[in-house]
Amino acid sequence: MGNLRPMGLERWWVLVFLAPTLVGLFVGAFGSIFASVGISFTDWDLLTPPTPAGFSNYAGLPDDRLFMRSLVNTLAFAGLYVPLTVAISLFVAIGLNRSIPGLSFFRVAFFLPTVSSPTAVGLLWTWIYAQDNGVLNNMITAMGGDPVRWLSRDVALYSVVIVNVWGAIGGGMIIFLAGLQAIPKDYYEVAALDGATAWQRLWFITLPALAPSMFFQMVLTTINAFQAFDYIYILTRTGNGNSTMPTLVFSIYRNGFRFFRMGDAAAQAVVLSAMIMVLTVIYFRLQKKWGGQP
Amino acid sequence: MKRDTAADMLAFALLLFGALCMIGPFIWMIATSLKPVAEQYDGRLIPITPTSENYPRLFEIIPMHLLLWNSFKIAAIATFGQLLTCSMAGFIFAVVRFPFRNVIFVILLVTLMVPGQVTAIPQFVIFKFLGLYGTQAPLYLPAFLGGAFGTFLMRQYFLTIPIELAEAARIDGASLARIFFTIYLPLAKPALAAFAIFAFMFSWNDLFNALIYLPSNLEKTTLTVGLALFQTQYSGQWPLMMAASLISVAPIIIVFFLAQRHFISGISMSGLK
Repeated sequence: MGNLRPMGLERWWVLVFLAPTLVGLFVGAFGSIFASVGISFTDWDLLTPPTPAGFSNYAGLPDDRLFMRSLVNTLAFAGLYVPLTVAISLFVAIGLNRSIPGLSFFRVAFFLPTVSSPTAVGLLWTWIYAQDNGVLNNMITAMGGDPVRWLSRDVALYSVVIVNVWGAIGGGMIIFLAGLQAIPKDYYEVAALDGATAWQRLWFITLPALAPSMFFQMVLTTINAFQAFDYIYILTRTGNGNSTMPTLVFSIYRNGFRFFRMGDAAAQAVVLSAMIMVLTVIYFRLQKKWGGQP
Repeated sequence: MKRDTAADMLAFALLLFGALCMIGPFIWMIATSLKPVAEQYDGRLIPITPTSENYPRLFEIIPMHLLLWNSFKIAAIATFGQLLTCSMAGFIFAVVRFPFRNVIFVILLVTLMVPGQVTAIPQFVIFKFLGLYGTQAPLYLPAFLGGAFGTFLMRQYFLTIPIELAEAARIDGASLARIFFTIYLPLAKPALAAFAIFAFMFSWNDLFNALIYLPSNLEKTTLTVGLALFQTQYSGQWPLMMAASLISVAPIIIVFFLAQRHFISGISMSGLK
């Protein structure tokens, strides 16, 4: 790391260069947290001045049906999305790390959904999931089955998880590939000399060496799971602006920016952040137990 | 050895199946966009009478050119703001020693965990009271306040530049600003390219903020909000909708093909260490 000690005028340059970041950090990020907590203790519609509300916005959450449904949906979504995304992108990366023809084609193919606008791709998936004459239902009826209402209340969770996992495999794959390529080749050569099978090499060399990438990927995917919005908005929005599968972020969006109930929205945002924080701390604890280095 | 060949074939077959699942939907998007509306439900992949009529029609029924321009303008300004402020901060963190450097850097990285929705509420209040609700400014102004991802990325890259370059220039009397603009920035082109692609893509694809600040004004809003509005107004007209979707994913996909390596190095840089 560079250790130039600024002198005289240079101190001003340091300040000028850091100023945007410092403002963003202390006013933007940390100021926002305090402001959100503050707003969550008020009732505020942005038209009239805020009135103090004490804990009522939090106390009212269990009776808020949209919120409770969103909470259950978000947890169910994360419970499916995180393990599926991490496992599939790990398998894809391990597959791509072999000497296989068409490597760059595969890399592009798996990465394509990750760079595409979730709004546009979400529209595409509403077409694939369409109840009448959508591709999936056409295939099912061709095989003699009954069409499925993919985006209805009962099924939407799974349909939405599929699209979100589909869109996230590419990012995870790249992180795992980088981790795989950092494993020294000698490990495998020595293991091969000792007569280790392919499974033993995977189990005793590859997976332990990937522990840091896996940890990083778990944290990142979990944070993303709790913040999922775009696909859900496009796929599950109903005519009246509701959703067949509302998540916490959808509920925050609706309360805060559609109904301008800033106090309720802020309370829900605080709950969401607290959940993310608790999960991240749990991950870090688990990782310490495992003994891996981040 | 025999076993490895079998495993390679199995891996290849599985990957091929996976790749088809990834690309298949896009092929379906292109195919549908080239069908006349009358053929949309025929279930064929290849249109019987392929047509490009959906594209010009799209520009007639919604102000597609404005949406494209708005998205481009906002993304370009936001990308400039991110490149400038993140590389300035990354440079200082990498090169200069100042009080609390490591503490501030760690605090910056912690903000990666703060959900965007928490910042969105106070930010909305501020922009509303500044009278900027309903304008494009809230979509690019925050980009001028740096950010953990970009600062981290640029710092990592600047650390690979030998510090002796800066020291020598300094002895010759160059200011920090001069060292930054004439030595460090030109040497960091690969990292800047990678980060620029990300920042642009992030802004171009953003739906949440655009929905908050520009929910309905088609003259001012972005392509993502335009698509969401289009979805409710023209539901059931799949060829038109797929044409609109294709237009909005095409620019990023083209850039991705042209600059694949930068893309991938950007992600791996952010993912390691």
